Amino acid sequence: MEITEKMVEKTATKLSAEEIQRGKVLSVKWTPKLRYAWDNGPALGRYLAELKNGKIIAKKCNKCHRILIPPRMFCELCWVPTGEWVYVQDTGIVNTWVISYVDWKASRLDIKGGVRPFTPAVIEIDGATRGMGILHHLNEVDPWKIYRGMKVKAVWKPPEERIGAITDIKYFKPIE
Amino acid sequence: MRRVAIVGAGITKFYRNSMETPKELAYEAAKMALDSCEMKLSDIECVVNGTAPDAFDGVHMKGEYLSDGSGAYRKPYMRHYVGGGTGVLSPIHGWFHVASGMFDTCLVVAEEKMSCAYPHPAGAFLTIFDHTTEQPLYPTLIWIFAIEMNRFMTTWGYKKEDIALVAVKNKKNAIDHPSAQLPGEITVQDVLNSEIMAWPVNRLDISPTSDGAAAIVLAAEHVARRVTEKPIWIDGVGWCLDTAYWCTRDLYYPDYVEVAARMAYKMAGIKEPSKEIHVAEPYDPFTYKELHHIEGLLLAPRGKSVEMLKGGYFNRDGNLPTCPSGGALGVGNPIAATGLMKVIEIFLQLRGEAGKRQVPGKPTCGLAQAWGDLMQVGTVVVMRS
Amino acid sequence: MAKRIAIVGIGTTGFRATTPDVSYRELTYEAAMKAYIDAGIEPKDVGSFVSTAEDFFEGYSIADEYSPDQLGAVLKSIYTVPGDFIHSLASAYMMILSGIGPISVVQGLSKASNMLTLSEMLTFAMDPIYNRPLRESPHAVAALEMTRFMHETGTTREQCARVVVKNKKNALNNPYAGHSVLIDIDYVLNSEMVSFPLTQMDISPHSDGAVVVVLAEEETAKALTDKPIWIRGIGWCSDTPGLETRNWGEAIYAQIAAEMAYKMAGIRYPRKEIDFAEVNDEFSYKELQHLEAMRICKKGEAGPLTEMGGTEITGEFPVNPSGGCLGVGNLYELNGGHKVLEVVRQLRGEAGKNQLKNVTTGLAQSWRGIPTTTGTVVILSN
Repeated sequence: MEITEKMVEKTATKLSAEEIQRGKVLSVKWTPKLRYAWDNGPALGRYLAELKNGKIIAKKCNKCHRILIPPRMFCELCWVPTGEWVYVQDTGIVNTWVISYVDWKASRLDIKGGVRPFTPAVIEIDGATRGMGILHHLNEVDPWKIYRGMKVKAVWKPPEERIGAITDIKYFKPIE
Repeated sequence: MRRVAIVGAGITKFYRNSMETPKELAYEAAKMALDSCEMKLSDIECVVNGTAPDAFDGVHMKGEYLSDGSGAYRKPYMRHYVGGGTGVLSPIHGWFHVASGMFDTCLVVAEEKMSCAYPHPAGAFLTIFDHTTEQPLYPTLIWIFAIEMNRFMTTWGYKKEDIALVAVKNKKNAIDHPSAQLPGEITVQDVLNSEIMAWPVNRLDISPTSDGAAAIVLAAEHVARRVTEKPIWIDGVGWCLDTAYWCTRDLYYPDYVEVAARMAYKMAGIKEPSKEIHVAEPYDPFTYKELHHIEGLLLAPRGKSVEMLKGGYFNRDGNLPTCPSGGALGVGNPIAATGLMKVIEIFLQLRGEAGKRQVPGKPTCGLAQAWGDLMQVGTVVVMRS
Repeated sequence: MAKRIAIVGIGTTGFRATTPDVSYRELTYEAAMKAYIDAGIEPKDVGSFVSTAEDFFEGYSIADEYSPDQLGAVLKSIYTVPGDFIHSLASAYMMILSGIGPISVVQGLSKASNMLTLSEMLTFAMDPIYNRPLRESPHAVAALEMTRFMHETGTTREQCARVVVKNKKNALNNPYAGHSVLIDIDYVLNSEMVSFPLTQMDISPHSDGAVVVVLAEEETAKALTDKPIWIRGIGWCSDTPGLETRNWGEAIYAQIAAEMAYKMAGIRYPRKEIDFAEVNDEFSYKELQHLEAMRICKKGEAGPLTEMGGTEITGEFPVNPSGGCLGVGNLYELNGGHKVLEVVRQLRGEAGKNQLKNVTTGLAQSWRGIPTTTGTVVILSN
């Protein structure tokens, strides 16, 4: 009962992207209007509110003593409610990073034309337990000079532009 | 708990864009699977469907939409979901339908039509990130893969040119797979020269997006023995999901794969996987991932997989062939269907029916594994003839 | 040979129209905490977990990514069923019977208040080639079915309205309910017409909430609690998803799912052998259609029975003593979880003011909503 070429070739018909664009086959398009307003709850809600104030806040688990960022109402490893709120610094070290030539749609950036590649990174925030990272962007640094352990600091939007979102921090940049 | 066997399998051709609708792809695979063991839909007592993000096919409650194409008209039908791990969770989900004693036969169908998502299926991965803390940064899944590859390489000192051998091996293996989307003979230099997507990931390090479907038929022992002379037993199953807070995990090692593998090995009575598993299909959406998973599956000691790869250990004629099918890199990666394609490959290998892809040595024990989510889930199935 | 499986713990946050103070994480955590304490277990005792979620209801893809943390399931065996809660319950049931640990946990959640464009989402579930381009509202699909059902069974709009009155009144005494109110039939019939013959009051408003249920096999169940609620029968079925090929008058999916459950439970005369039921009443007529499909009433009998008060709390066959979807709120994929919760409460004697007397066997039935023809049934006994 080998699965053969002959059996398989009848099962699907190849189309090229160009054929679809040219309208060789009938097609339907639909752009769904999907909008949500997610309730963030007390932990993320406070995180966002503090970002608006230009501060980063974390929460402590009194069982494993980890200082958790992003803050959460319960520790996912100990499975107990977390304890006190703890302000942490807006500096950190780079745990790991990427040099990306594509955006979220997989479109190529015009690197040859001088566009800077994205350099997202996992940044371990100072004041939180080592290993606790958040995802954010790095900038004002040569992508090929980033290294593990590099010290970085947040670059904030001016207070009047902050809305209580992770993008209130524009990016992190290296500290000399 | 009863013994359950795979008795039939079917798979469609994988293309970047196929004309068929998701329902039709599911139907083709399901029909081939039933025909392969001469069973009819009326012999099937329940149907199980695996398909990953609804965002690809562009239908909410995609499981419902696929139910008739999967043969579930007026039958007990359930869908399961663990992102990319779905394809190997599919036989597990079907397995406990039968092992529990509630049903004697089960049809398992996995389908994905990624081409529906515009402007590019990769864009659908934006929505898997946390909507508040991560999506506003417009991340893409390639970033996490690149991050993980970076960690993997720097922890063990692995080099890109060595990891690229996985793509060379798999695309070559895929030349012999009838469903293959991107088979071919490439070189390490081709991989290194291909455009940088997100350093250290190059274009040829990544498996393509695909449209495709696969299906298998499961049966309880007494039915399996009637239906086929070569039932392939599902002897071990394991699955495990890690925390969603992926930034708190060190990505160099997939704990979730090890926990899932141990669960499956325990059930199958396997004490030394690197010796007792004869052929394996670890999930290979990216080149380094195959090695990452091989280490997580305890098939190679940590930090040693590249050395073994270079020595030909994982080639079809090596000590432990991995991805003899050609894997996701060579055959294609319609997320859920890929995992099931790997299960089907082991099924055929253990029956000696893998044609030109057959590994030598008459393997009697094989493993298929898939991964998914935010570097989170491991699903493992151990099969024996 | 077949072991008995029981529900040994339940936990819920209750259900209300909005839950702005908490995210899905805290909702599930609260329900899980209550369920684990009720069962007397900790996450480390659990062999497998099943969560229930649909991507486009949650608003992000691969919803199962965000399931383990709040259940204590990190690095454990957990997966998601995009289906009804009772599908997840069936999964957990089969996993225990297959030897995956003696204890299993099932979770469901609704954050319907966060879905701003609900109608678009339901339309997005329709066939992209044959149905969506017609831009028909999902409520129109329900109205088509209601018209056909009324025509085939002789059910009247007044009888459907009676269901609304009954359920919203029952909900008054249910501390978990989000949409209780005292109204009469005329109020229902005269409220704003949405899609004839469905008025605004015939349609369940939605609610948020979470439910977690703990299952255990017989020996473990008896060790954990002196009020195990046994799963006597369980069934689930999907009819055709196509609007063009379905039977509009009857809920065949409910019929087949019920027969599967009855067979397992050894039940031949459901009306006699079952004491009460929590059935899906997302749209008023659905309660009647489901009762008939499950042979609890003969064809055409559910309407008159309701009219005469036969399905009231004080009636001969109470239906939705909790208030159902109409009184508690439509919880989407969590609907089955709410039904199971209420049946367990009744069988344990914990249903407060709505407590039914001398009940030993209850039935929970659910439907996945427009535009599906997928339903589930579970029969529980104390």
